[in-house]
Amino acid sequence: MTSDWLHPGLLYILGAALIPFLRNRVRQVYLLLIPLLALLYVVSMLFDSQPGSSHWQFQFIGLDLILGRVDKLSTLFALVFTTMSLIGSIYSLHLRATGEHVAAYLYVGSALGVVFAGDFFTLFIFWEIMAFASAYLVFAQRGEPARAAGVRYLLVHISGGLCLLAGIVIHYAQTGSSVFGPIVNSGGLAFALILVGFILNAAVPPFNAWLTDAYPEATVTGAVFMSAFTTKTAVYVLLRSYPGTDVLVWLGTAMAVYGVVYAVLENDCRRLLAYHIVSQVGYMVAGVGLGTALALNGASAHAFAHILYKGLLFMGAGAVIYMTGRRKLTELGGLYKVMPLTLTLYMIGAVSISAFPLFSGFVSKSMVVAAAEHDPRAWVFLLLTLASAGTFLHTGLKLPYYMFFGNNHSVSTERIIKTAQSLEPPINMLVAMAIAALLCIGIGVFPNLLYTLLPYPVDFEPYTPAHITGSLSILLFTALGFFLFLKHLDPEQTISLDTDWFYRKGSRIIMWLANNPIARYEAVVSELVNTTILRFLHTCAALGLWIDIRIIDGIVNGLAHTVLRCGEKLRHMETGVLSHYALGMALGIVLSAVLYAAIGFGLGFGPGN
Amino acid sequence: MISKLMRFIGDPTYTRRRWQLFIAALVLTVAADLLVTKGPAAFFWQHLPGWNALFGLVSCLLIIFISKFLGYRCGLMREEDYYDE
Repeated sequence: MTSDWLHPGLLYILGAALIPFLRNRVRQVYLLLIPLLALLYVVSMLFDSQPGSSHWQFQFIGLDLILGRVDKLSTLFALVFTTMSLIGSIYSLHLRATGEHVAAYLYVGSALGVVFAGDFFTLFIFWEIMAFASAYLVFAQRGEPARAAGVRYLLVHISGGLCLLAGIVIHYAQTGSSVFGPIVNSGGLAFALILVGFILNAAVPPFNAWLTDAYPEATVTGAVFMSAFTTKTAVYVLLRSYPGTDVLVWLGTAMAVYGVVYAVLENDCRRLLAYHIVSQVGYMVAGVGLGTALALNGASAHAFAHILYKGLLFMGAGAVIYMTGRRKLTELGGLYKVMPLTLTLYMIGAVSISAFPLFSGFVSKSMVVAAAEHDPRAWVFLLLTLASAGTFLHTGLKLPYYMFFGNNHSVSTERIIKTAQSLEPPINMLVAMAIAALLCIGIGVFPNLLYTLLPYPVDFEPYTPAHITGSLSILLFTALGFFLFLKHLDPEQTISLDTDWFYRKGSRIIMWLANNPIARYEAVVSELVNTTILRFLHTCAALGLWIDIRIIDGIVNGLAHTVLRCGEKLRHMETGVLSHYALGMALGIVLSAVLYAAIGFGLGFGPGN
Repeated sequence: MISKLMRFIGDPTYTRRRWQLFIAALVLTVAADLLVTKGPAAFFWQHLPGWNALFGLVSCLLIIFISKFLGYRCGLMREEDYYDE
């Protein structure tokens, strides 16, 4: 164990403890200082670390805990996590609610804890802290929908956590090792349980609904943090433990399409973006499943790029919600006149996620798609390309169109637009968005900056003429389809059923079962007890009482009376005259002798024999 | 400048102009896609002329109509108070 290494996650977790004691400017400076220090430290790790070095190793109840495994993969994720936490902190700088800052810090700190964990038990502890800290960001929104969504979010994550823990314990019992590394597929339970625990956090269908249920209910600033950490931590652990697992190729491809299909129906702006997290994480999961160096690099690069552009998109939608108080596309529109800066910054995120040339998605997503092409897997390649058209359709066209341009907005939004000169959000929000936007462009223009950080050597050139014209053709003709069929895309005041139906309506089935058949059964049983069984017991008890009083007590009392009476008779025989006693004794001896002789003869073995 | 650009994109008075520019962009892109030299491809369709444009348009329509079909016909879309009942 080397002592000169510092855990960046600890900076956040310990740093969070001080936040409640700071006020105003001091707190704002502090909120920037911690992520800035962590970021600088992680940057220094990029230059310093020897590959594969481990720090902070402890023995605890016979387990080897490793808190600081530093290699290219963990540093890459730590770099983007600390960067995003700095952007998120700037974005939420105006917030007075201390609890949210503390929760966000604990959330980031524990995500870094997972990233640097070298063993499964350390991973599990930080995994659980993440779930609770992030749930607070939903509860902090207050109100019944947020409370209910927060409870569902926690319950799902606790179930996933239990699954993971069970898998870890079985894995440890079978192999005797808790090292967090690739898990050999022996068809065993441990392999499956840990995989389920991981893909639940990656929001792989059917375990995706916690994400699209909870993220839109979180606070404006909380959702920005949430969009970055949970799913990408899951991608990180999949990259570590399940590279080349074939089932992930299909799960990832399915979820890439799943997200875009659901996004068509969505009316809530942040839920639409949440479905695109599902879709984008699909590329990463598929990349992990493909398992080649290009695919794993692609999954890592896409996670890196995704955190920044998705953060930017959530910040843009959050700014609109913050300024207008409206979140449904049916209530928004026409904001381009009063929020041009927000719109521009949002659009940079939108073209990045859509993988336009010169923006970050173009250099990261294409690695995964190219890996599918090289494998070669025709269906995976086609479906991932289709999903990328869908991504542009929603985040690049539908959402900005109905949020900023469309004219089917509500009367109240119309009034807001007419009365306000400008509806741009506070400067800290704009600065945070601008930083994220610059990074999206930076990665798009200088992809090698990102490629040098990837876990494997990169042999991939995104900017070939064919790739540029091919991508632009797909995107622009998607736009043509959008404008031609615009009417069919008008948002509607509806919600869409997802797999959360099973536990939201399923709980009602359980309640119905409890209220109807089970309650009826209970009523029948108590009626039976009251009428038949209790009466029988009463009769038995009365009979027992009668026997007790009349027979048992009679015998006991009779015996007592007999003893008393005998005692009385004997007392009268005590005359006090010695001769009387001597006569009595002699009579007794004679009587005994006679009795002995009589019994002896009667039985045939008396003294005469 | 940003405000002017956004006004151009949003204001209905520029609709015609926007369509002209958009169609020009479509034509240019397809033309460029036909002209560029393509390297070795894993799948035969990647070399079909105009494949990417067609695939983009078809993907867009497929996503819209499959999704709407699932929403309307398969009962995925529900009233907003569905879970409150």
